[in-house]
Amino acid sequence: MTSVTSPPRGGTAGAEAHGGPGAAEPGGPEAEGALQEAFDAAVAADERIEPRDWMPDAYRSTLIRQIAQHAHSEIIGMQPEANWITRAPSLRRKAILMAKVQDEAGHGLYLYGAAETLGASREELLDKLHDGRQKYSSIFNYPTLTWADVGAIGWLVDGAAITNQVPLCRCSYGPYARAMVRICKEESFHQRQGYELLLALARGTEAQCAMAQDAVDRWWWPSLMMFGPPDDESAHSAQSMAWKIKRHSNDELRQRFVDICVPQAEALGLTLPDPDLRWNEERGHWDFGAIDWEEFRQVLKGNGPCNEQRLRRRRTAHENGAWVREAAAAHAAKHAARSAS
Amino acid sequence: MTATAPQSLATLPLGDDALILSQRLGEWAGHAPVLEEEVALANIALDLLGQARALYAGLSDVLGSEDEIAYLREERAFRNCQLVEQPNGDFAHTIVRQLFFSAYQQPLYARLAPVLPLAAKAVRETAYHRDHAEQWTVRLGDGTEESHARTQRAADALWRYTDELFEPIEGLEVEWQELAEEWKADIREVFGRAGLTVPQGPGKDAWAAGAGRQGLHTEPFGRLLAEMQHLHRSHPGATW
Ligand SMILES: [Fe+2]
Ligand SMILES: [Fe+2]
Repeated sequence: MTSVTSPPRGGTAGAEAHGGPGAAEPGGPEAEGALQEAFDAAVAADERIEPRDWMPDAYRSTLIRQIAQHAHSEIIGMQPEANWITRAPSLRRKAILMAKVQDEAGHGLYLYGAAETLGASREELLDKLHDGRQKYSSIFNYPTLTWADVGAIGWLVDGAAITNQVPLCRCSYGPYARAMVRICKEESFHQRQGYELLLALARGTEAQCAMAQDAVDRWWWPSLMMFGPPDDESAHSAQSMAWKIKRHSNDELRQRFVDICVPQAEALGLTLPDPDLRWNEERGHWDFGAIDWEEFRQVLKGNGPCNEQRLRRRRTAHENGAWVREAAAAHAAKHAARSAS
Repeated sequence: MTATAPQSLATLPLGDDALILSQRLGEWAGHAPVLEEEVALANIALDLLGQARALYAGLSDVLGSEDEIAYLREERAFRNCQLVEQPNGDFAHTIVRQLFFSAYQQPLYARLAPVLPLAAKAVRETAYHRDHAEQWTVRLGDGTEESHARTQRAADALWRYTDELFEPIEGLEVEWQELAEEWKADIREVFGRAGLTVPQGPGKDAWAAGAGRQGLHTEPFGRLLAEMQHLHRSHPGATW
């Protein structure tokens, strides 16, 4: 993917209306109106918006914010699991974990690429991550304390990510939707591998089983928080639904996730740490207990167990890499000059 | 071909080289200078881990399962060269270590391909590793004053671990001298393109480097093993 540094930032110059030929000439307010109409019609008809199509400024900035946050989550999310690569207890598990962490780096690459099609460079987005102007998923502010946490992350965190992301494969913005198709395939591998890791522990020694239960106890509630605040408090949801960037509400997705996990936990022989969990015949769903939204807000604000550590490590890696990136750029420039002369 | 098939434990040093370098590269996860290198370093680490597992599988009659081989041997039983156990240092250090090693491993595997259990696939993999390291060596050597200085420092520091690579491994029929000459010529060529100086000192200090194949390692190796083995050893007999 080429890096686009000076994008058509929602301006009309050079923009093509989604409707193709016959669309209004750019320039006046009537033209803007026609472009908006064509955009609305395309979204309503479930057509994909592509990078060269005209789009409202707010649609572009919402997408950039969401894709960037997603990309940042992929690369910050490497840290808690990379924490166990050197200590994985078998060579087979070590290979699986290395491949998984590598996949997450790849997801970061696809997503920064998708954001570039909207005119946001990777460099600029990383700066925003590093100075706290953009966020990443709060789930990665929890620590991986034992080997079982690697399994719990795969099963629950990748599982929640899939529930969130499968609908994004039909997102109205083409490059994002296509990136999500690739990503979801790999996430579902991760989810199965995590489940399988926990299953091995649950069927293992007493100590292994206890390790698995402890990990699930710590990761269950934070996983439910991954779907974001309850619908009546969610700031961006309505507009994103209208734009078909989002297809289901936070609470709908959270319920879907709980309904998937309960039977899986049973199959694992592990308990989910919620005494209020029970089947509701009438609703056809599992009822679950109240989420501690105060904890969610605290972690979001930066007061989670690892916020400081994750961001510091990311910044340090970036700063330590500065001379490498400069060297690569300098060599490329010299090389170009030499082959020109 | 059967005449030159490796003797029972002859491939152990190769497996240990691959495992230990993979372990070192695995430490980079989350710390790489650019996202593309997160992917590339993990790729190389995964290839090496796969090679180690294939080589260990060939030794299971004598040494047990791959996990017994990796997790339950003591430091003195490991036969890897000292080069691969050296700490990552900065990116230049990691790249030069990789260049020195893959410029050795690739032609070695190519020569052994007919008799090794991992054969052709591994030769292709190591060719990629070598290409990656060569490209970065040239970029860093040629790039900026700082990158040049760092890369030269790395080469000077790691040079003393290079002669050991060509100590004959018992049971492997290889022209070691010819391999060493080919390696030196390759390194000279890459360093030439990178504007780096090939270190002049001995490739093996009389008292320190060069005994990894006999199970004598450097201090950082004990810590590497402690980290790698502790969880497995904490749960004797458990399956994972
Ligand atoms: Fe991912
Ligand atoms: Fe994942």
